Amino acid sequence: MIKFSDRQLKIPKLMRPVYLATVGMSKFDRAFPETRTEELCIQAFTAAADFVNMTPSELKQYIHTCYYGHFADHFGDQLLGESVIHDRLGLDPLGNIGVKTGGATGGSTMWEAVKAVASGYSDCTLALGWERMDEVPTDEGNHLISAAADKDWETPLGHIYTGYYAVMAQRYWKIFGKEEDSFRDTMAEIAVKNRGYARMNPHAQAPMKITIEDVKNSPIVAYPLRALDCCLMSVGSACGIVCDEKTAYEITNNPLRIYIAAGSHTLRVADRRNMAIPLLPNETPDTYKDLAKRFPGSDRYPGFTGFLAARMAAYYAYGMAGIKDPIEDLDVIELHDAFTISDIQSYEDVGLRPYGEGRDYIESGDAYLINPQTKKPGKLPSNLSGGLIGCMHAVGATGLMQIAEIGYHIWNRWDEIHEPQEKWDAFGRKKPDDWTSLQVKGAKRGLAISHAGVGSHVTAAILMDPKNLLKED
Amino acid sequence: MPKTENEKGFVDVVNGKYKPKGVFHIPEANQPIFNKDTGKLAGITNPRDMTYMHSYGGEAPFFEGLGKGKLMATRCDNDKCDTKGSIYQPFRIYCPDCLRKNTIIDMTDLAKTTAKIYSYIITHRSGAFNSLPKPIKFINIEFEGVVTILMSVLAVGEPEFDKKVVPIFNTKAPTYTITDLRFVVEGTSESELPEDFTF
Repeated sequence: MIKFSDRQLKIPKLMRPVYLATVGMSKFDRAFPETRTEELCIQAFTAAADFVNMTPSELKQYIHTCYYGHFADHFGDQLLGESVIHDRLGLDPLGNIGVKTGGATGGSTMWEAVKAVASGYSDCTLALGWERMDEVPTDEGNHLISAAADKDWETPLGHIYTGYYAVMAQRYWKIFGKEEDSFRDTMAEIAVKNRGYARMNPHAQAPMKITIEDVKNSPIVAYPLRALDCCLMSVGSACGIVCDEKTAYEITNNPLRIYIAAGSHTLRVADRRNMAIPLLPNETPDTYKDLAKRFPGSDRYPGFTGFLAARMAAYYAYGMAGIKDPIEDLDVIELHDAFTISDIQSYEDVGLRPYGEGRDYIESGDAYLINPQTKKPGKLPSNLSGGLIGCMHAVGATGLMQIAEIGYHIWNRWDEIHEPQEKWDAFGRKKPDDWTSLQVKGAKRGLAISHAGVGSHVTAAILMDPKNLLKED
Repeated sequence: MPKTENEKGFVDVVNGKYKPKGVFHIPEANQPIFNKDTGKLAGITNPRDMTYMHSYGGEAPFFEGLGKGKLMATRCDNDKCDTKGSIYQPFRIYCPDCLRKNTIIDMTDLAKTTAKIYSYIITHRSGAFNSLPKPIKFINIEFEGVVTILMSVLAVGEPEFDKKVVPIFNTKAPTYTITDLRFVVEGTSESELPEDFTF
């Protein structure tokens, strides 16, 4: 569709408030040759139980329905993998279902879990995701990932998903980035920032202390994208448990309110038709009246420079939660930084900056925990987990990891998860000598964006301290 | 190692049913995976060699057309549709708005005269089973009057925004896949085309 009816633009309504009671995640890595998937899932679930001072069997007593996010069955050569994990978690005979929406699988899994509670079907649901991408050689893995594109029209073209994605990066690079060296530096800065934040995260797969020059000198994957501009391929698991108000307060003294919405767009970028830009609450038609003049070539929306699915997910979620201006109303954010350039694209899709001006979110220092220019707290720190570039992209778990990380900040318990020496030791990782807390002080509200491939599915999950809501129920 | 003719699977449709013949999978034994440091068993390989039978359904005219040097598209001709007249390339069997069956049209001449590059990327990487020469020059092509932006590859020339390109077709040894369609920059001569391709 390129025109939407009022019914389609209706702000989604949860029939009762939904709360995030606890979260957990496993160690993330490129490969686990001696660990079964269920071991990682149990690690994540046990972490969620620990977080609310329960045993796993105590926590299980609350769960009524289970949602499992696992994207790529063909990687593991196991259909009904959800059923395997459900059994190994000892949750039979509860109802369960698998969710698959590419890179957005984790977010979509939570979307389903929240709706089950909101509707009254369940008082407590489990959203648990994982991915296993280490059990085939890399070139076969590239083929399997490319099977998420259209198998007749795209996959035979190189069997390499990066190629289908990077054409969008190229368009953004030339139209909005104007091929400027300074823009190239801004892209690199994102890789430096996110990998740097990953250094403080024992769960993270690829912490690195690098420079802009390191990124710009890394091998070219598909110009202008270089190896250090790209996200990781990972294995691991993450989960969250959502409840109605009564159940949530039985599990913990301080559950968080959760709102979540989803959007979609064509699987093939080829099928994107021109349309008017859907506006967010902090935009007006005037915002874009001279866009094509300022950025010649940007007259087509979303063209290849925006993600309609992300814009729609933000539109719905902001309406649900009462967000008028995400920079002002939110305190911390996790974005789907599949590539440095797509990270910039999402700043615009979710309204952190207007279309064409996403780079300013980084260049202003707003995206940092501590603004490098002012040395004061950044307005809206992003991807303090390390993101997909520095922490992980275990597809079915990614969106849930992001939600967990936002939760830790609002609960003011980020240090408890990321600091203990015992965890660094247990994961076989060296805690950096300059380890620093990335806790966002006083965080009350946060957003996690979970995004599939070229933008076929996107979810926007908003967490809030219940005492700091923006909208009455 | 390419398969011999005796190791391949072939399929016909007879009386509305698939009739496979030949070899569709070659069994291969599992192999243990040991940890070289500890000497302990870590896992097992699971070799797979399978051939799928896939229907092109209503898109078959597009893929058959490529081997005949034709670029087929579709157009919505429904008077009651808000987007009547929209031409789709990629070929869509049904209009995405009214869901009425589109009309199949031949847009070969339109492509030869109006195709230009909307975006592109060059990559030296590929996945398993790739059949394209590397580097692969992905291009996205705009055609006058077409509402979508086709993805293909540039076989001859260097990609640039708005550069005019023309389609070429694997008419001599068609594979009946999307790789039978490629593009070259305007002005390319017949002698520069890849083997088996013609304008």
